[in-house]
Amino acid sequence: MKSVFQSQVVAGPGPAHSLAPCLRQERLPHLWCPGCGIGTTLNCFVRALMDSGLDLNQVAVVSGIGCAGRVAGYLRLDSFHTTHGRAIPFATGLKLANPRLNVVVYSGDGDLFAIGGNHFMHAARRNMDLLVICVNNHTYGMTGGQVAPTTPLAAIASTAPFGNFETPFNLPFLADACGAVYVARWTVYHVRQLTQAMKEGLAGKGFRFLEVLSPCPTLYSRWNRLGQGVDQLEYYRARSVVRHGADTKTAGLSFQGEIIVGKFVQRERPTWLESMERDYRSAPSERNSPFGGSHGAT
Amino acid sequence: MKADPRGVLTGAHFLDGDQAACEGALAAGCRFVAGYPITPSTEIIERYARRCPRVGGVFIQMEDELASSMAIIGAAWAGCKAMTVTSGPGLSLMMEHVGFAAMTETPCVFVDVQRGGPSTGLPTLPAQGDMMQVKWGSHGDYEPIALSPNSPQECFDLIIKAFNLAEVYRVPVFFMMDEVVGHITERLVIPEADAIEVTERSWSRKLPGEYKPYETNGELVPAMVKAGDGYRVHITGLTHNEHGYPAMQAGAQKQLVERLVGKIRQRREQLVDVKGDRLEDAQVVVVSYGITSRVAMPAITQARRQGVRVGHLRLVITWPFPTALVRQLAERAKAFVVPELNMGQMVLEVERAADGRALVLPVPHPGGTVHDPGAILQAILYAAGNSQSYN
Repeated sequence: MKSVFQSQVVAGPGPAHSLAPCLRQERLPHLWCPGCGIGTTLNCFVRALMDSGLDLNQVAVVSGIGCAGRVAGYLRLDSFHTTHGRAIPFATGLKLANPRLNVVVYSGDGDLFAIGGNHFMHAARRNMDLLVICVNNHTYGMTGGQVAPTTPLAAIASTAPFGNFETPFNLPFLADACGAVYVARWTVYHVRQLTQAMKEGLAGKGFRFLEVLSPCPTLYSRWNRLGQGVDQLEYYRARSVVRHGADTKTAGLSFQGEIIVGKFVQRERPTWLESMERDYRSAPSERNSPFGGSHGAT
Repeated sequence: MKADPRGVLTGAHFLDGDQAACEGALAAGCRFVAGYPITPSTEIIERYARRCPRVGGVFIQMEDELASSMAIIGAAWAGCKAMTVTSGPGLSLMMEHVGFAAMTETPCVFVDVQRGGPSTGLPTLPAQGDMMQVKWGSHGDYEPIALSPNSPQECFDLIIKAFNLAEVYRVPVFFMMDEVVGHITERLVIPEADAIEVTERSWSRKLPGEYKPYETNGELVPAMVKAGDGYRVHITGLTHNEHGYPAMQAGAQKQLVERLVGKIRQRREQLVDVKGDRLEDAQVVVVSYGITSRVAMPAITQARRQGVRVGHLRLVITWPFPTALVRQLAERAKAFVVPELNMGQMVLEVERAADGRALVLPVPHPGGTVHDPGAILQAILYAAGNSQSYN
């Protein structure tokens, strides 16, 4: 099985890239803009996957719609590009129908927290066994730089031309409050820490949430005169503060302000499936009896 | 293949249509249900929640219908037979995922226990107002399959057929109940498991690396795989090529959408499921489906007593519509009478098929109760020329 994939990989020109086994080479080059951070997150994710020791045939990635929603299309895994906002419900069905799968939801801030916000809250509440990676670029990239529920106050967007006046979400706080068992934030400047966090995420169980700040030079940076992608990396370097275990209430983001990064939450709670199985096992036999009919209790 | 006996409650029962549909789904092999409570469908998920531990199934009550309709598609890609259950307002929310299921060719079943609309309408009272919505409700071109049971026994029998058709054609299949069919309580006989034929998913026999998710080799329906089997498929709601990869070209759109539509249109004749009664000499044909087919029966009997040559064409599969059959009938019948619990939906299809060859009389009803059989009788008499007016 593995050799089939490898033979496809070495068929290309030149020596295969070290990450090639996990990428759909025939789909490259990708569609992301120069300076965009999504490719960096994908690079970190593939490294984390390859170091994870997981059977990659048992890892599935589910994306929603948007720039980050295209990640699923480049990963040589079972990968699903779903509808806008509904990656988490799809992933829920996939996981429950085959609990052996390690299911990762990989999508953007607008997809996961505007149109898909309700699903995020409930999956976290249920402790559904999913790793959710949110690439947060503070804007809707695919549609042209509109204001998002994560756009910092005062930042310019195409639909907030005089500056955003809506208070944005503090995503780690939201995830924490909803019951996520693992909550971390890094930026695409922090590639080693990000890869490590992804490895931890892949190895864990329950609802795990990882926010990754990522530049959008084409839209967010341009609207706000923040320079190229590398200028945002410089901002991430200069203003990030590592604060493991920080109270997530304090992790809100402001326009080009301080960025608290690190692992904020790690706790244990039974997953939805564990709770269901315990519930079914402890149910009185009457409750599990079929009712009616010649084979039934009545 | 035969039904898994764990899901089959063989014996005689006294059950309502909702509960019967649940038992039918279990017999059909449905092992994943995601739902959101909505009257008058809720009994289906309540029963499934109670029954599934015994049969190794999973039930999850999702946060809304958007989530329910997507969770079943995820479950199908993990290999399960899956359904969701709703009524009009929930069905409206599910429409985007009807299109996603059609586009990704995911076998799944949507049960719609219809109630009065529009909007919140009449939660506890019947209607048949969603017939056109399931045909046209999601954007773009696709061809769904819909079945309309009229009794608890049929809720059991036909939902098995719904699951089987979903596997054969890899389409979303709608099970169009209504409040009366859902809540009417009648005798239901569930056969032995080996008397129940269930269709297994058409799994690809190709090896990973050779398999392309949407390669059909001239067939209309591609073979499927599931996540976790090493195929590492990519599935997208974007227009895609046979690899499953996005293909943003008019040519790819043409190839894909023509096949999505063609796999039903080209097999339309195999998908005709009607029950005819006294059609041989009929000058007037009553076309009905669901609960209305039962209400039409006394009207037809009464009209026959009065000497009218009237027959009954009952649609069991409502989509695809049996156009050719209705056209044939239009060649020899004088008129069609089409009672339905809406202001005129399937009657448009009858008109289209009859194409001016026969008179088509709608008997519309906005729902809230079933027709007075007298109204249907009056329309039959008018159609036969035995009465000067109707309605």
